[in-house]
Amino acid sequence: MKNPLRATLKRGSMAGIATAGAAALMLSGCGQAPSAGSGAPTKSDYIGCIVSDSGGFDDQSFNQSSFEGLQKSEKDLGITMKSAESKANSDYETNLNGMISAGCNMTFTVGFLLGDATKAAAEKNPDKHFAIIDYSYTTPVANVKPVVYDTAQAAYLAGYAAASATKTGKVGTFGGIKLPTVTIFMDGFYDGVQAYNKAKGKSVQVVGWDKTSQDGSFTGDFEKQDTGKQITKNLLDQGADIIMPVAGPVGKGAGAALKEAKAAGKDVKLIWVDSDGYLTAPEYKDLMLTSVVKQMGQAVENVVKDDKDGKFSNEAYVGTLANEGVAIAPFHDLDSAISADTKSELDKLKADIVSGKLVVESAASPKK
Amino acid sequence: MTSKDQTPSKDQTPSNDQTPSKNQTPEESAAEVRAADVALDTAGGTLEPSIVPVSSQSGDTGHHEGSTMRRIVMGNGFVSVLAVIVALFLGGLLIASTDKTVAETAGYFFARPTDFLLALWNAMTKSYVALFQGSVFNPRQGLMPLLETMTVATPLICAGLGVALAFRAGLFNIGAQGQIIISATLAAYVGFTWHLPFGLHLLLVIIMGVLGGAAWGAIVGVLKARTGAHEVIVTIMLNYVALFLLDFLLNTAAFRRPGDNSPISPRLDETAAYPVIIPGSRLHLGFLVAVLLTYGVWWMLNRSTIGFEFRAVGANPVAARTAGVKVPRATILVMAFAGALAAFGGVAQVAGTEKVLTGGIAAQIGFDAITVALLGRSTPWGTFFAGLLFGAFRAGAVQMQIQTGTPIDIVLVVQSLIVLFIAAPPLIRSIFRLEPKKKNKTPKAARKAALANAAGGAK
Repeated sequence: MKNPLRATLKRGSMAGIATAGAAALMLSGCGQAPSAGSGAPTKSDYIGCIVSDSGGFDDQSFNQSSFEGLQKSEKDLGITMKSAESKANSDYETNLNGMISAGCNMTFTVGFLLGDATKAAAEKNPDKHFAIIDYSYTTPVANVKPVVYDTAQAAYLAGYAAASATKTGKVGTFGGIKLPTVTIFMDGFYDGVQAYNKAKGKSVQVVGWDKTSQDGSFTGDFEKQDTGKQITKNLLDQGADIIMPVAGPVGKGAGAALKEAKAAGKDVKLIWVDSDGYLTAPEYKDLMLTSVVKQMGQAVENVVKDDKDGKFSNEAYVGTLANEGVAIAPFHDLDSAISADTKSELDKLKADIVSGKLVVESAASPKK
Repeated sequence: MTSKDQTPSKDQTPSNDQTPSKNQTPEESAAEVRAADVALDTAGGTLEPSIVPVSSQSGDTGHHEGSTMRRIVMGNGFVSVLAVIVALFLGGLLIASTDKTVAETAGYFFARPTDFLLALWNAMTKSYVALFQGSVFNPRQGLMPLLETMTVATPLICAGLGVALAFRAGLFNIGAQGQIIISATLAAYVGFTWHLPFGLHLLLVIIMGVLGGAAWGAIVGVLKARTGAHEVIVTIMLNYVALFLLDFLLNTAAFRRPGDNSPISPRLDETAAYPVIIPGSRLHLGFLVAVLLTYGVWWMLNRSTIGFEFRAVGANPVAARTAGVKVPRATILVMAFAGALAAFGGVAQVAGTEKVLTGGIAAQIGFDAITVALLGRSTPWGTFFAGLLFGAFRAGAVQMQIQTGTPIDIVLVVQSLIVLFIAAPPLIRSIFRLEPKKKNKTPKAARKAALANAAGGAK
């Protein structure tokens, strides 16, 4: 009894889908066919390649910034770009071999996980050049350029600024995973706060990280924004009113928690990391005190440019305040939260760090 | 039983394949078979339905589905193959949809439709050709890619066997991931801290890894047998315990490289690694171990008493207990065996391919293993070949990405689609119009009838 009805329905719905599909084609498919023979713009035969770690190129962190840096070089320097995303640790070796057979002149690898694989590939192919982001070898490899950042320098300034702006006398930070590239932010931030205390005779506290014991709060990954939100709430409950999450996209969880706190009438602020959060996480721009910026894309482009011009060296590129590889972002909307005095003190500190008068140290600082 | 009557082999194919329904002697109809399965699952309505339905276990449930031809067509093995084909096709469409040329040519579809169709065809074939070249054969490297496929497949096969074995005993073992992590951790520790002669060192690495995995599995078995805790929940939680334990250990000095505070272990000694079988490739002895394990599991399930007990418990624990099988003992044992099998996957990872211990040592292998076991219909050789197929996907995806720029995630989509179609055989059957006989009954109606039968099935 039911079947004829079902059949009609089915036929009806199929016809409907077909009509909708055809309509979509009608709407989208009416363009002009191009005339044959429009040549592509000329490109140099230099091939720049990049292999991600298991985080992938959409990690909103170092894989992504490096990838975008290479994309930018493709546009600016007219090179050809190839990329390979790794899903598991066992992919590194195969991806690197694939890049070598694809004829890459320079291959970027991202992160300490690729350290062994990059070294092995570089030793097997001494005529190719490599660069590894955020990792350096204890004994340098002849054709691998480490690209590392002394982020503690910029985080120091952010810590100083935060200490001057806190109303509760407590500032907070947390990390994604306890990696040197994460804790270096927290160390610098911690020292910046201590520097403020020493200069002003205050006792601003840091919750979420203790530099001496090298221990603090971590979410356990760079993915779960919920955990970041929870940790931020805990830090707020402990009395902190300025939070610096060092956890890539998990920072958005912190942003969400702070937004809620602000809606509830609390005066809270956020310090972003890696990029200028005012621009890259605009949904929290009214909370954004400043950002600790790591110019990874620029470094990648510089390395490519040098190599293309035949100026490759295996000497580590260390991003510092001096060469603007790391920096703190402008205060944007919260400019008024930082007093003019503090601003001039920050400029002085920056000058001292650049000149080497003031040394910001962290257990995770890049080895020179 | 097992793989023999599941794989479509030529000698079983009768010539009159156009009219399969004519062979339909008054045996059981599909609906009756399903009803019987449901009745078996629930012991005629007296039990809660099992998590692993009888129909997805390949064991002989005591009734036969029509003629040989019909069994091949309707049999689960054939559905698996079709599921792979449909998933590949849909994956191809997805690849094409991300292709630039396809998008451009779609813009003037009506002006010159051939451009669009050509671009569509090119996008699909180019990617799959690269996939094939990366996983089986390419003119530059000969059969090297096939060796890479076998390498990648090794841990998948081992872990897949662990999941499949538990399936056969009616247990849904989600814990392969944790079992791999624990075994890899122990194996790696032995590998880089102890310095022993070749042979003995590797042997100890394997033993420690396997013991670790077996213990991790046995915990689940004990909790299930003694307290009735559900194995799905326990295994998922133990996965987290294992993962965070590994993260913790990698942050201690004992597991770190001297002078480096990244969470990565020192390299394993050469004496602790599986020797490479074919020079120039990454294929290591672990693959042969996986072949032996597959045979071993097949032997255990089909030739040994304990295997028979496992299957009896899987088919119906109540009946098994009545028949004198010690169900708690079988539960603990099967989980220990499952853990040990998965542990071989962990050992293959640290001693075979990676040679260092990192937080990502298990990748997604433990979860892919569930798919592999499902695709292999929980038979040992089925799991073996499903593992090879997934190994080919993983190895080929890398090449596909470099050659054509197709995102590696497409392969994950194809894998997931395979699971989807396998989990829904009626969908596959209706796509290929494989529901002969009783044309008036759509699959849905048939299932309803089966349920109705089962409800009143306690005759």
